[in-house]
Amino acid sequence: MSGFFAMGGYAAYVWPAYAAALIALGGVTLMSLFARARVRRELRARGLDRRGAKS
Amino acid sequence: MKPKRKRLWLLLGSMGAFALAVTLVLVALDDNLVFFHSPTQIADKKPPPTQRLRVGGLVAPGSVEKGSDGLTTTFVVTDTRANLKVSYRGQLPDLFREGQGVVAEGTLGTDGVFLAREILAKHDETYMPPEVAKALKDAGHWKKDAGK
Amino acid sequence: MAGMHALANPARFQRFSARALPWSAGLTAILLLVGLYMAFFVAPPDYQQKETVRIMFVHVPAAWWSMAGYAFLAGLGAALLVWKHPLAALMARAAAPVGAAFAATCLITGSFWGRPMWGTWWVWDARLTSMLVLFFLFLGHIALSRAFDSPERGDKAAAILALVGVINLPIIKFSVDWWNTLHQPASVMKLGGTTIHSSILIPLLVMAVAFFMLFVTLVLMRTETEIGRRRLEMAALAAE
Repeated sequence: MSGFFAMGGYAAYVWPAYAAALIALGGVTLMSLFARARVRRELRARGLDRRGAKS
Repeated sequence: MKPKRKRLWLLLGSMGAFALAVTLVLVALDDNLVFFHSPTQIADKKPPPTQRLRVGGLVAPGSVEKGSDGLTTTFVVTDTRANLKVSYRGQLPDLFREGQGVVAEGTLGTDGVFLAREILAKHDETYMPPEVAKALKDAGHWKKDAGK
Repeated sequence: MAGMHALANPARFQRFSARALPWSAGLTAILLLVGLYMAFFVAPPDYQQKETVRIMFVHVPAAWWSMAGYAFLAGLGAALLVWKHPLAALMARAAAPVGAAFAATCLITGSFWGRPMWGTWWVWDARLTSMLVLFFLFLGHIALSRAFDSPERGDKAAAILALVGVINLPIIKFSVDWWNTLHQPASVMKLGGTTIHSSILIPLLVMAVAFFMLFVTLVLMRTETEIGRRRLEMAALAAE
């Protein structure tokens, strides 16, 4: 298992690359989720139904 | 429907004109957009020793020699038409080896030897497991079936 | 109210999105798990690049979908400017940050790959530079769409930028063929077939589909958010 994490001596490049991908893509995913939750909350607070055309 | 038509043609027209302009600029800049020159181009141009430039090609098989100080490496970069001897002092990238692509940045000395300040390895677009590479080599299909 | 008509189309979108989102999100999660498993436990090391080839499984899909995402953004720009499609502007606002994240992923992972293999974190060759330009085009789109008091004007300005920038896509794609670059030519999307062995190619394609589903999921979700945001703005205007 330690051989797996060593990545044949390239651990210092492979893992940071995957970490960067996680931060960038996970970051935009989290931001999208938070933004959606916030907008839904505000829509509900103002009595604007979040689904359907009529309000 | 008329204004939509008009907007569409206006958009396509302006995009076409813009694409043409960019193409002309890129064609005009061609020589400045290349990352490196080939040994043939260097031989034709004879750049002055003060001009920093990059030369790229293959490391000629059998040409790599380690200097007595253990740090200096000399090798020949070839594009199969012209050869250029390169001298470099320092750590080589992991992929540097004979027959592999290489890009050297530095200056051309008056003695005709290229004094490299930086060496970059260039690899090709082929990816395969080591066993497959070995099998191909053993079967004599190397660099024929396996792409460029 | 004129605004009600503009929302007719977004309302249809939201009904579709509400049904599609759980599926696309679930599919993204499964494909990512399978893809990552294959990337680390199924794919062999490369004969030359050893274990660093595993960086390809995030680098290449991120590159593909950031470019396709930009083409999508440009298509939305045309849909807004020519056909005045009510949803196009909102979708563009939703897609641009996702495209920026994909482009950033491509650039950063490429840097971590270039350092051990090429011997450098970064070079200003035609491929790397045009990819950096793509990242800045996404950022420019985000900035421009927010630069005006009226969101409609921001939408139009950003749409024009998206269309102007589309010229960069063929430059990225063919930079490796037109000019000498440090970056190698195409491996998968090329005439005459791929030069990647199937044991490495299949994990790459699974990750590519996973990243595509991630892009779709994020754009669907963010478009919903943008529709809600626009409705809040309209409600605020109506209240004045």
